[in-house]
Amino acid sequence: MKFTVDWLKNHLDTKFNNNQIIDKLTNIGLEVESFESSTSELDTFIVAKIINAKTHPNADRLKLCDVDIGSDKTIEVVCGALNAKNGLLTVYAPPGSIIPKNQMKLSVSKIRGVTSYGMLCSESELLLSNESDGIIELKNDKYANKIGEKYFKNTSEKVIDLSITPNRPDCLGVRGIARDLSAAGAGKLKINKKSNLKYRGNQNINVTIKKEKAQGCTIFGSCLIKGVTNKESPKWLKDKILSLGQKPISAIVDITNYVMFDLNRPLHAYDADKIDNEIIVRSSSKGESFEALDNKKYILENDMCVISDRSGVLGLGGIIGGTRSGTEYSTKNILLESAYFLPRSIRKTSKQLNIDTDAKFRFERGIDPLSIEEGLIKASELIKQICGGEISNLDVKKIENYKKTIINFDPFLFEKTTGFNVENKELIKILERLGFNVSKNKKILKLAIPSWRPDIIQPIDIVEEIVRIKGYEYINTLEPIKTRLKPTLNYYQKLFHFLQRSVASKGYLETVTWSFTDSKINQLFKENDEEISIVNPISSDLNVLRNSIFPNLLYYLKKNLDRGFKDISLFEIGPAFKGKNPGDQLTVIGAVRAGKISRLSWNDKERIVDTFDVKKDVIQSLCEAGINKDDIIIDDRTPSYYHPGKSGGVYQNKNEKNAIAYFGEIHPIIMKKLDIKTEGLVIFEICLDYIRASKQKIKDSKSEYKFSDFQKSERDFAFIINKNFKSQELVNIIKSVDNKLIKSVKVFDVFEGENIPEGKKSITVNVTIQSEEKTLNENDLDNINKLIISSVESKSLAKIRS
Amino acid sequence: MSDIKKIKDNYIDKLNKENNIEKVNNIKSELFGKNGIISNEFKKLGSISVEERKKLASDLNNIKDELQNKILIKIQEIETKEINLKLEKEKIDVTLPERNIEIGKIHPVSQVIDEISSIFSEIGFSVEEGPDVENEYNNFTALNTPDNHPARDMHDTFYLDNNKELLLRTHTSPVQVRTMLKGKAPFKIIAPGRTYRSDSDQTHAPMFHQVEGLHIDKNINMGHLKGCLNYFIKEFFEVDKIKMRFRPSHFPFTEPSAEVDIGYEIKNGKIVIGEGNKWLEILGCGMVHPNVLKNVNVNPSKYQGYAFGIGIDRLGMLKYGINDLRAFFETDYRWLSHFGFDPLDVPSNYRGLSR
Repeated sequence: MKFTVDWLKNHLDTKFNNNQIIDKLTNIGLEVESFESSTSELDTFIVAKIINAKTHPNADRLKLCDVDIGSDKTIEVVCGALNAKNGLLTVYAPPGSIIPKNQMKLSVSKIRGVTSYGMLCSESELLLSNESDGIIELKNDKYANKIGEKYFKNTSEKVIDLSITPNRPDCLGVRGIARDLSAAGAGKLKINKKSNLKYRGNQNINVTIKKEKAQGCTIFGSCLIKGVTNKESPKWLKDKILSLGQKPISAIVDITNYVMFDLNRPLHAYDADKIDNEIIVRSSSKGESFEALDNKKYILENDMCVISDRSGVLGLGGIIGGTRSGTEYSTKNILLESAYFLPRSIRKTSKQLNIDTDAKFRFERGIDPLSIEEGLIKASELIKQICGGEISNLDVKKIENYKKTIINFDPFLFEKTTGFNVENKELIKILERLGFNVSKNKKILKLAIPSWRPDIIQPIDIVEEIVRIKGYEYINTLEPIKTRLKPTLNYYQKLFHFLQRSVASKGYLETVTWSFTDSKINQLFKENDEEISIVNPISSDLNVLRNSIFPNLLYYLKKNLDRGFKDISLFEIGPAFKGKNPGDQLTVIGAVRAGKISRLSWNDKERIVDTFDVKKDVIQSLCEAGINKDDIIIDDRTPSYYHPGKSGGVYQNKNEKNAIAYFGEIHPIIMKKLDIKTEGLVIFEICLDYIRASKQKIKDSKSEYKFSDFQKSERDFAFIINKNFKSQELVNIIKSVDNKLIKSVKVFDVFEGENIPEGKKSITVNVTIQSEEKTLNENDLDNINKLIISSVESKSLAKIRS
Repeated sequence: MSDIKKIKDNYIDKLNKENNIEKVNNIKSELFGKNGIISNEFKKLGSISVEERKKLASDLNNIKDELQNKILIKIQEIETKEINLKLEKEKIDVTLPERNIEIGKIHPVSQVIDEISSIFSEIGFSVEEGPDVENEYNNFTALNTPDNHPARDMHDTFYLDNNKELLLRTHTSPVQVRTMLKGKAPFKIIAPGRTYRSDSDQTHAPMFHQVEGLHIDKNINMGHLKGCLNYFIKEFFEVDKIKMRFRPSHFPFTEPSAEVDIGYEIKNGKIVIGEGNKWLEILGCGMVHPNVLKNVNVNPSKYQGYAFGIGIDRLGMLKYGINDLRAFFETDYRWLSHFGFDPLDVPSNYRGLSR
């Protein structure tokens, strides 16, 4: 909502200066977005000085001038004027300026092979005189210290731009703003002058509001103005319209606009001679159409509120008028409309047709239903004053009577909500200045709500009115209450926190990417999940919710590879979506690691990252987050986007359906499809929701502290075993031989090939044996060794290597 | 006597010149071995008179101690020399690079969420969460924003179906609704998380982060709201004083509503928070609207309280001098390394929020 201080002062008697007004507006909830002069086309012309004028290398009659325009660097301008000389003060127009004389827009151009940035102006080009010989010569004493400043003073009045919240339609007019300011003590609201307008004759175009279920209009007021001369608006009116940031059209249109911004009372003027017999306000039928004033043809649906005549639709009530009945300079007789349209109907229609107008914006928020006559009178007066003509009696048709809202308000609610007290006397004064009618019934205030305040419907609304006018600075700043109702984080929130920082501590950079992604990439990672499309995506390559974190992560990995990075570790923790309903989402960590370990190391051999690098990262992170390593099982069931032979899943239970984590190489086909070129790429993911919450805290679930001081022995065993037999199985078989004596089993050598039969491999393990009761003798150890060998051989069909 | 003194002087002399540990050991056995010179002298003691013996024995003992001491010192001397020589040869260039350090980082958004959680935890708030996909009811209707309300235009919403029933939450406020529906008053929560609006330019991203706050109890008023936010802002920016302005505004789900501005100034091209005569809007808040309380089965005549919503990314930008919001979500390795935080840098009250 834009207006000038002068306009405001038409409604407000105030001693406040501009800055006080600006502050007050913001303090009562009418946020000032800006307070600036409206920009002028002449703003670009600036005072400049020729530093050096030399002859153009390719043209004797042209000069090449270095011009100081008040910035760091001088500008080079080609100039044909004879008087261009060193030290001359003149007026410079940069590229983009519009030259007043011919309305040409300047651009950077080459003149005889030399680029000229803008031009130096003559008086005639700026319409200052007819002097076109040479460029302007400015007086040294006046302009020497003004280089770089605007040549033309911007005389237009400063415009206040308010951001009006949707609950305050009354402040979409200058009078409403003045009223709010007066309530806050910034002046006195001027009383509207009684109109002494003389009416002649009746409004003889019959108006009917049809009583229909979906009727969007409840009041239709109008008057006829006969014998007008439409014309260009006078300067004062043009200036007002310009200050709104709009273009003046004609006196009649400008007047209706002016009244709308002045009183927040939208009006519409019809050329009365173009109306076919009568006005019918009714609901549209599907398929009806009309051409609107924005020069678009609209095809209507059922139940849109239209103003029509016998020939059809004239316009959409409260939204936009039609060209068929529009006013022109030749218009002689006007029908002026001032109506009330229901916000819901306006909103529905404008959404369906995607129309936004100033009238729609206001009706949608709720116009004062009692301002029908006021608007007609004010506009008629102005039309008569500017365009002449005779005004008929006002004709107001209604299908509903306005009912005043009454609220019984207990002033205690104010103190209870805001924490401070305002005397009843002051409280009543504030409300009365805002237009409330206050009567007292013991402690309760009976309030009649002003008709222009559709937002006020219950006592809490009254609290807001009082506190915003009184001032938020009166609210106390109380010490925070430290009472805690429950622990800050629950198990999964802590897990999130631990895993996030554990993974980062392994050398991964955390990133945050969009929750949406490109369906084409998502396709490769979605497995059996449904694709979740966004109806109105921001762009076609961010058109689905991500089923996995990897589409985005790999997309950005590729971008960083393209930037020339080779060794990249990235991760993200966030949602992966499994369905389109609220809650169909999992919290997942996705991590990628590309490149080499020990690249360009002077003492270590460099190698490509592999599955066991990420396996370590994932297992260590899980352990650090509190999961016991002995409680997890590795399996080779993994999603299809992993390399089928070089990936694994981490399970908390053998038969569990969902892994808590996966790790491994990415499927080579996916690498190819995404065109990712890197020496090596391994990934892992952890699904936090699948991790079983432990019922106990770690401190409570720890086993008793026991250790043995008896001597421990280590034995190595080498087995020849089927190639596909899993080492984890072998370790478990050995451990199960004697859970008490066997303290650890470590695989330390695996190989195939030379001396090993086809389809077999050799695995060597180191077993630590220790008793908690005694030192084991050779005999004891031999027995264990034999048991280990026989168990392994019988359970795994392995053979001990001799 | 003069004989053994001569022997002693002779050997002391020898030892002084000697630099080889083996030769020193040879001298040792020459003197003190089974048939060593000194050993033999001691043997002779038995064959002489008692008077003489006493004197000779004493002299012999002195000479023995002196020589043995000398040998010991000499051996230590040579050993030290040898070790030093060996160490000299073993010297490496310690300025050669260490094995590769892999430094991970925490994203500024995560760090700021942890900072915020830490601050509110100090005054008894717990953390709640809600889904990113919401239904129209929780995101709008329950929050006193019915379908025909123009306030809906303030949110450019991403929809997942043509009936506009399912959407990506436009703010974290639906977590208020979920929290109150599933629990019983009083409530004291914050809810950080992702939020979405179909808006994308230099200063807007289609996804951003908010933290919701909600405190409902029997007598919570606007003074508590002001106190809580004043505490939060001071703690977050780690300053003793902050210039802060509460200004009336409008949100359908709070009444009265306020926006909070903080004072700032530009010094040497950098933004300084807390002083100056410019205002920067950083959050919206207010007393929870009675209609919202009714919608979630909380009796507004018994309970009341405040709610607030803060833009997390914006706070992070201000605190850590980050200019471009879009860069938060572009995964540029250089940006992440530059603005990221060490994983061990866990914001906490006792250690200080930021390092």
